Amino acid sequence: MIETGLTTTSLTLGYRERVVIRELSIAVPDQSVTSILGPNGCGKSTFLKALARLIAPTSGQVCLSGDDIGKIDTRLLARRLSILPQSPKAPEGITVSDLVRRGRTPWRGLLAPWSEEDARVCQQALEQVGLSDLADRPIDELSGGQRQRAWIALVLAQNTPYLLLDEPTTWLDLAHQLEVLSLLQQRNRDHGTTVVTVLHDLNLAVRFSDHLILFGGNGLVAAGQPEDVITPDNLLSAFGLKALVMPDPITGRPMIVPH
Amino acid sequence: MKAAVGLVLLFFVAVALTLVVGVRNAGIVDVWQAFFAFDASDPTHAVIRSVRAPRLIAGLIAGAGLGMAGTVMQAVTRNPLADPGLLGVNAGAAFAVVVGALVTGYADSGMMAALAFPGAAIASIAVFLVGGARSGAGSPVRLTLAGVAINALLLSLVSAIILSRNETLEIFRFWVTGSLAQANARPLEAMFIALVVGAGISAVIAPRIEALALGSTLARGLGTKPGAVQLSALAAITLMTGAAVAVAGPIAFVGLVVPPLARRIGRHVLRRELVVSAILGGSMILLADTVGRLVVAPAEIRVGIMTALVGAPAFIFVVRRLKPGALT
Repeated sequence: MIETGLTTTSLTLGYRERVVIRELSIAVPDQSVTSILGPNGCGKSTFLKALARLIAPTSGQVCLSGDDIGKIDTRLLARRLSILPQSPKAPEGITVSDLVRRGRTPWRGLLAPWSEEDARVCQQALEQVGLSDLADRPIDELSGGQRQRAWIALVLAQNTPYLLLDEPTTWLDLAHQLEVLSLLQQRNRDHGTTVVTVLHDLNLAVRFSDHLILFGGNGLVAAGQPEDVITPDNLLSAFGLKALVMPDPITGRPMIVPH
Repeated sequence: MKAAVGLVLLFFVAVALTLVVGVRNAGIVDVWQAFFAFDASDPTHAVIRSVRAPRLIAGLIAGAGLGMAGTVMQAVTRNPLADPGLLGVNAGAAFAVVVGALVTGYADSGMMAALAFPGAAIASIAVFLVGGARSGAGSPVRLTLAGVAINALLLSLVSAIILSRNETLEIFRFWVTGSLAQANARPLEAMFIALVVGAGISAVIAPRIEALALGSTLARGLGTKPGAVQLSALAAITLMTGAAVAVAGPIAFVGLVVPPLARRIGRHVLRRELVVSAILGGSMILLADTVGRLVVAPAEIRVGIMTALVGAPAFIFVVRRLKPGALT
């Protein structure tokens, strides 16, 4: 069997003595939007970082199209998979377009000048996040939602088939959360980009994801389509939360109403 | 575009003043003739070629080296207060040269100047280790404090060594504040090469330094190896600072004042910033030196003191502009 996409085999993750994820073998479906959910401290961020090779596994491996990502050249990996960490820092006074062009780093040769391809991809990324008009504005002057879209433009400029984001909606109000998530969904529909995010808001995750991975205090609880993962039993074992699950009046997908 | 024209103008004014101004006033015509129609019997020509031209070259090496080293340092550490002078890299270079002279008994030859490089390297590694930059726990505040402490320590060691010896006060002055007065006795060609190599490394790794400035997590996601980038940056900083110190002694504040201006003019594209830093740094040293020679002629105020006169207020300005929490 030829493995495709992003998969883990017997993946164990931890810091020093503390094991956070144990012997996890799971696949992230290709060309879909996947959200990783779970209570605080369950290891969902750790898991995302391991998928992006920011954390070395204690044992087991993460594979990208069958290649162990631990063995892929750093720069080549960065052309296939990008990650936006939580609350990244921008240099003071940098403009949106100058920030976004740094997303081209893995594509630029040792002495290669800025190419037309680089410029085109950056412009396209700015258009996709709707910041073309603000390209020359310093990032410090933007609102929280605009700033987050600028960071997303940076990883879009990296132009990878796999896009990982660690809590991309933190600190944003509901309208901006929707905006960011629909942006990512759009990217997935238009480019077939595999999007993996860590999210806190369950209802938003259900709404925008094709696939969910739900962690609890003791590792994986469920993975699959939202309808199969979001059940009262799973919510109870993952969060200790008693909740009613009913169809969302707009999308028909499961909606969580806590007791 | 306007900024580019301004930079070129500034540069030419600084170069022209360096060649024209002095005890023996020369005109632009004399300068031209000294280089293209040299008359050995004309003392003005002799002064221009043997005194002012080396001074010009030394000033450019020192200014460009410190300016670019400061720009690379500030980009890598994300610290607007990082300056090879303030963080003790200059002092490390000076310290190594002085110790070398002490041990071998040579009174500072060109060969001794080569010691500036290991000196600068060890001082910057010490600052990075003490400041915790390598472990990832380093905040700009820690890095700055570590640098200031190491700088003070090294400079007092330099003073202690020199004061215990019978060399003239001139050598003491040179290795404590820096000056262009001994330019014609410095190893200019070799240091020029060191500067070019350092600048070349910086230009090659510039995109990766830009990625690193977004934080090490994102930098790794962008396909760079933070450790390798930091090491190459350290090598570049060492080469450029070492070259600057070997020709002009430890000059503070150029590496502090130039980078913020370069960021503004170069618009956060590091390769552009490097070019701007070299021009601004060179011009700043030449102008400071010229003013220093004019105000108390026929004596002179050393360029290291002149840059401090400009740099100290600039330092206070930078500190006051920092946003709360920016240095944690």
